[in-house]
Amino acid sequence: MDAELPGLCLGDGGIREGTRAPRGVKKEEIRNGTNGEGWLGLAARMQLTAPMIEVHDLTKRYPGRTAVDGISFTIGRGEVVGFLGPNGAGKSTTLRILSSFLPATSGTARVAGFDVFREPDEVRRRIGYMPENNPLHLDMRVREYLKFRARLKGLGWRRSRERVDAVLEQCGLVDVNSRIIGQLSKGYRQRVGLADALVHEPDLIILDEPTIGLDPHQIRSVRALVKELAQRHTVLLSTHILSEVEMTCSRVLILHRGRILAADRTKDLERRLSLDGQVIAEVAAPAAMLVEVFRDLPEVESVEVQPMDGAYQRLSVQPRNGVDVRELVYGEIRAQGWTMRELTRSRHTLEEIFIHLTRGKVRED
Amino acid sequence: MRVFMALVRRELGAYFNSLTGYVVIAAVLLLTGFGLLDLVERIRDQPNDVPVTELFYQTAYFWLVVLLSSPVITMRSFAAEKASGTYESLMTTPVGDWQVVLAKFAGSLGFYLLAWLPLAGTLFALRQITGEAALFEPRVIAATFTGIALVGALFMAMGCFASALTRSDIIAAMVSFLFGMGLWMLGYRPDASGLLPGWALPVLEQLSMTRHMEDFARGLVVGRHVVFYVSTAWLFLFLTHRVVQSRRWK
Repeated sequence: MDAELPGLCLGDGGIREGTRAPRGVKKEEIRNGTNGEGWLGLAARMQLTAPMIEVHDLTKRYPGRTAVDGISFTIGRGEVVGFLGPNGAGKSTTLRILSSFLPATSGTARVAGFDVFREPDEVRRRIGYMPENNPLHLDMRVREYLKFRARLKGLGWRRSRERVDAVLEQCGLVDVNSRIIGQLSKGYRQRVGLADALVHEPDLIILDEPTIGLDPHQIRSVRALVKELAQRHTVLLSTHILSEVEMTCSRVLILHRGRILAADRTKDLERRLSLDGQVIAEVAAPAAMLVEVFRDLPEVESVEVQPMDGAYQRLSVQPRNGVDVRELVYGEIRAQGWTMRELTRSRHTLEEIFIHLTRGKVRED
Repeated sequence: MRVFMALVRRELGAYFNSLTGYVVIAAVLLLTGFGLLDLVERIRDQPNDVPVTELFYQTAYFWLVVLLSSPVITMRSFAAEKASGTYESLMTTPVGDWQVVLAKFAGSLGFYLLAWLPLAGTLFALRQITGEAALFEPRVIAATFTGIALVGALFMAMGCFASALTRSDIIAAMVSFLFGMGLWMLGYRPDASGLLPGWALPVLEQLSMTRHMEDFARGLVVGRHVVFYVSTAWLFLFLTHRVVQSRRWK
């Protein structure tokens, strides 16, 4: 077992993260392997230490169309990963393969060490999956539905009742537990879908577009729920809304036309593709003096000044090697006794990153 | 088993959570009611010693109920779940394909039998009213219901198969009606047209559901008939299972 595996290794993106120990297992233990325990112990440990999701060279072709084109990625235990891509990028197909609903054309996918094609039941037991558009039996009552789902997932009578009570509480459904699902608002239905995904205490939660079609309030509450889940479960969610990934995920895989374009920690990705930490300040000072003060600082690459309303100038400072020069800029301005009304560092939002990445891709094609 | 029971309960519950179940039961009641009216007329006009069940099944209403109610009962089973997407959430739980197929079949068969249940009560009431116990022998009624159940098993299996083929419950209903009607017509007076080659007649007579039911309605549970229905129902369930499985073929 490769101890360095959990974390991230990418097929073609070539980004690699450091080791990340699975929940409850010390790094040392992984390094040392079995510690002389028997084969049974080894087998148990292998499953425990296996990454939550291992996808290798996964391809899915539909007649006349390749939905997923040889993607590889690994997701460690406890991570919250966002699958980001425009509609038709292959997100749902990948998630369907992972939940062993669809077979792959080629390549392998393992969940908690189990092959999704050959050991589908083991995989399904460990996954809480909310499919696209959150399909529910609209004619059932909330509690009845969750109980039914709990039974399907193999929970006993008493256990399913306990768990249903727990997830009703957790997802804020206690007040509507005896309402018919078809009469609930979309936001509540989404919570029912989440409660269903959670009811059998899965290791991995897969959510396909969990906030699609909700109003801003509902989106907020669903995101809050997802964040809460992230503390105790591994979560893989797909979305085409970038801010969602920024807000909820620690890592992002950007998918476009069935391929992974980029994969990184959310904040690293932003930084990697940002304008090297350009700092912008609005200062009431003569333009010539501004340039003079900042031009010769060793940390500064270039300075630009644009006149604004009144005495204000818009100062853009491009630092060398991406150093953070915010404090420096503030210090200089204060030392000169100028008035400043804004200081900010420009950074790309994922939105811009995404457009940047996909545009490049389109040109390549 | 636990999972299977949960699934069957869900299937049965679905009929009563929506109007479908009530409409089907009302329609069956209406048609059997017409059939019984017809029957009472006949008993009054010419007293005879043929069991009432046989007389009843001879009215067109009996087959009308079977042929019309089956597609409606089974059309939802797979098609509606596929259309709404719940099929995906069902098939991503650790349930087996056979469990799903058999539960859908059991659920629809259970509902079909439930829809027939009022007939037993009506027969009992008729017996009390007419006072002709000889015409309402429990053995005969039991055999008739065995026949109804066996015919139902075949029609439900056909319906599930048709439903598994499509996402549209209308198409599912049409296809299963075609199957049912086609199979029934094959055996309905096969000699009437006079166009069939000689060898075909005996074969079609074996397939004749009207003949089979004639025996059941007389109180005869003929092994050959039982084998026919059980094996054809099983064949269609097997086909349904293959359709469910086909999702996993590359």
